[in-house]
Amino acid sequence: MSAISINKEHLKLILEDAKTSSESIVKETVLAANEDNTHMQMIVEKAAEKTQKSAKSQPSAMQIKITDFFKAVIPPVFGILMFLGIWTLLSHQQPILPGPISTWHSAVELFSHPFHQNSLDDQGIGWNILSSLQRVAFGFGLAALVGIPLGFMIGRYEFMSSMTAPVISILRPVSPLAWLPLGLLVMGAAGPAAIWVIFISSIWPMVINTAVGVSKVPQDYMNVAKVLNLSEWKIITKISFPYVLPYMMTGVRLSIGIAWLVIVAAEMLNGGAGIGFWLWDEYNASNYEHIIIAIFVVGIIGLLLELGLSMLAKRFAYE
Amino acid sequence: MNPILNEATTPALSNNTAKVTERYVHIEDVGMQFVTKKGTFEALKNINLSITQGEFVSIIGHSGCGKSTVLNLIAGLLQPTTGNLFCAGREIAAPGPERAVVFQNHSLLPWLSCYENVYLAVERVFGSETKVQQEARAYAALELVGLSHAVEKRPNEISGGMKQRVGIARALAMEPKVLLLDEPFGALDALTRAGLQDELMRIMQKSGATAVMVTHDVDEAVLLSDKIVMMTNGPSAGIGEILEVDLPYPRKRLELAENVQYNHLRSEVLKFLYERHAKKVA
Ligand SMILES: Nc1ncnc2c1ncn2[C@@H]1O[C@H](COP(=O)(O)OP(=O)(O)OP(=O)(O)O)[C@@H](O)[C@H]1O
Ligand SMILES: [Mg+2]
Repeated sequence: MSAISINKEHLKLILEDAKTSSESIVKETVLAANEDNTHMQMIVEKAAEKTQKSAKSQPSAMQIKITDFFKAVIPPVFGILMFLGIWTLLSHQQPILPGPISTWHSAVELFSHPFHQNSLDDQGIGWNILSSLQRVAFGFGLAALVGIPLGFMIGRYEFMSSMTAPVISILRPVSPLAWLPLGLLVMGAAGPAAIWVIFISSIWPMVINTAVGVSKVPQDYMNVAKVLNLSEWKIITKISFPYVLPYMMTGVRLSIGIAWLVIVAAEMLNGGAGIGFWLWDEYNASNYEHIIIAIFVVGIIGLLLELGLSMLAKRFAYE
Repeated sequence: MNPILNEATTPALSNNTAKVTERYVHIEDVGMQFVTKKGTFEALKNINLSITQGEFVSIIGHSGCGKSTVLNLIAGLLQPTTGNLFCAGREIAAPGPERAVVFQNHSLLPWLSCYENVYLAVERVFGSETKVQQEARAYAALELVGLSHAVEKRPNEISGGMKQRVGIARALAMEPKVLLLDEPFGALDALTRAGLQDELMRIMQKSGATAVMVTHDVDEAVLLSDKIVMMTNGPSAGIGEILEVDLPYPRKRLELAENVQYNHLRSEVLKFLYERHAKKVA
């Protein structure tokens, strides 16, 4: 197993990195219960706003539409070009860092046969992505199954909330990868351990957001429930659940984000298959272009997950 | 005929022939204190009130005197600090569908259609009936308030007046023994308000249910009520005076405008509110 050959320095770095990023996300969970603060979306929405505004004030000219289009497109294109420029510059300074062009050629070749399979250690990037996604789906699915009902109970019953508060506040800030050795110890295998890490680190945003949502159900609605003398089941299905759904979807979105962050790191330590493992493996095999490709793949898939869930959340919103 | 009218009319008729129950809603030495961060706040003190079955009672008073608190006590949403409340001879221990509430801000569930909002109440009260009967009740209630055309709309797709009417339909569909209304038309413009007042008057005449309505509006109080309860200012608010309104039914707002007795009652309420218990504007 090549991935186990990481030295301690590396391990520390990975741990710290995963910790800071997940912590900031957990903070975001509480602060931004309902906000959509994806950068991409902001850009898209701003652009759309601009187009609408000017479309209203001067609806006649086709030309204005075209300039608006360029206004929306030019800044992002400019940003990407600048990024590529800096990257090229750096790769000239430090020739061991592959530049955009050689990375591009390597990517074209790599993605021409994404699902080849020579051995367990040598399979197409498609397989690696799929096995990472599968782990995320398992770990996240389990977390949702436990976390959402738990959040409901915590939000609904004062007792549950006080009872779970101390444990949650201690466990929540723990860095995701700190759970890995425990998983390996108890489960005895790398695969389940990775799923365990995803489970334990992605459960909190769902628990907390759901609980916050449930506890915020307006008193007016609860008064309606009281006057109608609704059963607990009706209160949950007709009042709490619909009200909480948007909060819950925010939790789900943040959880998936964390799960994706964590899986890459966990696979680097764990080995087996997966995009994180592949990244590390390519580093050991000195295929430096592939490292950069892996970073882009991780980023793009993370973005797609986020966008997909945002769209799903919008469909669930009742207003 | 729609089932609401049928069923609701029957007990009222039989009550007219039999002996009318006095003290149907009975409030006895009730006091209400709220525990706040700054200590306890006595909102109500020594409230005594009896409401006869089938009577329409308005509660009027300056803002913050405790009108909603009285209504919530009758609804069972609040428990009094001292004293007791009874409805039909039983102590009021908790909210229940026999005391339906029309909330000040309509309180419709935004994710349900108008029909579903009403059906939620029907289902709870008439769970023993068949689904067809229950559906008929929900439709009939919406028809009663003139909303047959909007049954499938969500609350945010209809006007404020329509929302308030759905709120009334929801309460009426439960065929409550007591209808509690907290400033039901407070947020509406004068025209819509007048229309809904007439509608409410007609419905209450037909159903014969007991009603308690909180209001700010003197004309509304005189037009709709058999009795006007005027409250003194808080803290430690109480009942200042009770005015009997013995204008004959059906009451027509245009004819009443020139009615001597109506104008006398109206000025009585105004005098109470603006002379004897004027609220100092801070
Ligand atoms: N839950 C509560 N906690 C503390 N104080 C309360 C509470 N509910 C009401 N009060 C106080 O009791 C008093 C009466 O309130 P209430 O809502 O009954 O007034 P109101 O007559 O209905 O006023 P408005 O006409 O403005 O609706 C107010 O001074 C209010 O601040
Ligand atoms: Mg009030």
